[in-house]
Amino acid sequence: MKYIDEFRDGATARKLAEAIAREADPRRTYRIMEFCGGHTHAIARYGIADLLPPNVRLIHGPGCPVCVLPIGRIDAAIALALERRAILCTYGDTMRVPASEQLSLMKAKARGADIRMIYAASDCLRIAAEHPGREVVFFAIGFETTTPPTAVVILEAARAGIPNFSVFCNHVLTPSAINHILESPEVRGLGTVPLDAFIGPAHVSTIIGSQPYEFFAEEYEKPVVIAGFEPLDVLQAIRMIVRQLNEGRAEVENEFTRAVTPEGNAKAKRLVAEVFELRRSFEWRGLGEVPYSALRVKERYRPFDAEARFGIGYRSVPDHKACECGAILRGVKRPQDCKLFATACSPENPMGSCMVSSEGACAAHYTYGRFRSRAA
Amino acid sequence: MRRLDFKRGRIDMTHGAGGRASAQLVEELFRAQFDNAWLASANDGACFAVPAGRMVMATDSHVVSPLFFPGGDIGCLAVHGTVNDVAMMGARPLYLTAGFILEEGLALADLRRIVESMGRAAREAGVSIVAGDTKVVEQGSGDGVFITTTGVGVVPPGVNPSGDRAQPGDRVIVSGTLGDHGVAIMSQRENLGFATTIESDTAALHGLVEAMLAVAPDLHCLRDPTRGGLATTLNELASQSGVGIVLDEQALPIRPEVAAACELLGLDPLYVANEGKLVAICAPADASRVVEAMRAHPLGRRAAIVGTVAQDAHRFVQMETSFGGKRMVDWLVGEQLPRIC
Repeated sequence: MKYIDEFRDGATARKLAEAIAREADPRRTYRIMEFCGGHTHAIARYGIADLLPPNVRLIHGPGCPVCVLPIGRIDAAIALALERRAILCTYGDTMRVPASEQLSLMKAKARGADIRMIYAASDCLRIAAEHPGREVVFFAIGFETTTPPTAVVILEAARAGIPNFSVFCNHVLTPSAINHILESPEVRGLGTVPLDAFIGPAHVSTIIGSQPYEFFAEEYEKPVVIAGFEPLDVLQAIRMIVRQLNEGRAEVENEFTRAVTPEGNAKAKRLVAEVFELRRSFEWRGLGEVPYSALRVKERYRPFDAEARFGIGYRSVPDHKACECGAILRGVKRPQDCKLFATACSPENPMGSCMVSSEGACAAHYTYGRFRSRAA
Repeated sequence: MRRLDFKRGRIDMTHGAGGRASAQLVEELFRAQFDNAWLASANDGACFAVPAGRMVMATDSHVVSPLFFPGGDIGCLAVHGTVNDVAMMGARPLYLTAGFILEEGLALADLRRIVESMGRAAREAGVSIVAGDTKVVEQGSGDGVFITTTGVGVVPPGVNPSGDRAQPGDRVIVSGTLGDHGVAIMSQRENLGFATTIESDTAALHGLVEAMLAVAPDLHCLRDPTRGGLATTLNELASQSGVGIVLDEQALPIRPEVAAACELLGLDPLYVANEGKLVAICAPADASRVVEAMRAHPLGRRAAIVGTVAQDAHRFVQMETSFGGKRMVDWLVGEQLPRIC
């Protein structure tokens, strides 16, 4: 634990917090969006907001893979398991995401669907080998971090000629989402969501590197500081952002140099490029259709593409009317601004996706920070 | 009739049918291992003298997977689970009953290992397994063995721990390192191939409770943080007592190996199950005396005061993080580790 504890040291945190308070200009506000759910979780879990001066504000972004998965895609996954009787393999986080007709993968499982929670994409191939007579589908979700392992299982399945395995691909891309937020009317035109800077993704950046963010820093004049997921990483990144804004700079800086290089992981990128190609458009929960923001399986690996194999069509399904997940994912609203928060919507009975994953803004606030808004 | 073949034999449907095969299983395995006068009497139930004072009765079902794990198995777990539930009422456990649901095809060798382990655990805890029942279900309808145990015990006068007695100002004490059982089980699950040296903490806690009551008879609350871990237990107590609880993260005893495994799996050790730990809430004046008595007992060496009871209409459990911030420690949501006990 030595290498973890040193990134969570309370004494260092206090020193960093003092430095931020000293350097932050009391005449202005610093509005910083942490894109990633990993950062949202760390901020809530370690109480980082308690350590910041009131004019340094954190706005939670949409970087929670489970939260941005639209209802229509979950409905399709449930249909694969319930109607087509496929064994559906999935990461645990997706089990409770609310879908249509008050279903979720968890509830579909209770109705007899064969849904298996896996820890690694490679588990799917073992399951496919154990059930040669059944279709095994990997419900693949996530940002750039989880995409390379999906590419590897498809390549492995192709190499070994596994006939009963396919991937329902829902992998999405971080830079397109950031771009979409910066282009949204609230940020660009109306100015109702002032955003001064971004804390850039940790694990995603280990794959894609820091270069893809150069465009945002330059085009939108917003500093981006890539930070690790440990609480001291987050504090250090905030300090770097405060400095950039004070000095009128808008650059890509890398706090997470122990893992992130400008170019990223060349091998992982090669694997992804071999297996996947860009979709023209993909629906994100909360953000709507985002152009060139997701991946699909290339023609060459079509036998392993569940969408082609089962002829999965797409039907967009709107969120619950009162659910503010969309506005929350764009940083327009805070969890406690939603009427459903902690009333109809709680982690036990999530109405919207932000309440499902521990990386979701609503679940993080509910689980770790609810005492702050209890007067409300 | 040939004796049971404990090397190669397996449970079949006749072992639950109530005929000779059932009787033989009881005779050659359960009665032999649990060995006491009540079972030897071969009646439908056990008849025993009732001591004066108040009695406690508790029950617990066990479905852990895998059946055998580092530091224990479903057999000793089934004894410890119920002994501890009785002990958390401040009682001295006396008798247990055991109900077995066996799956057709279970190896008799495995069943014998489990029953031997139960017998050993009961002898060590000083309780007798005085009645039992065995049923067999078809292959696919169970998972090897499920065991339900029920226990009775007597509460000494002047002792009355209860979940609704925590008062603002009281201290919260844990008896040792958190999360060991859950991580030990997790490390054995086939799809998680990491090797760790962590063993389950499964143990009978009534001896430790006795040592605590000897120095502070008026413990306000006692509970064993099993499923849902310390976080869930504290939320139960806060809710029952109508108080808040504030934990000090730095004071929580957690083994580095457990912390590291949890880090890897994305688990929070505060929500991971324990099977040989207890939480006590007592008046501030009693706290250091209780901790001292606990540390003198082999099952309480790493006992520590980890928090304080506070006035809070919201009944929130909060934690001062070692990082310097504050956060809630909420109820467990959904299921963190299935089939843990």
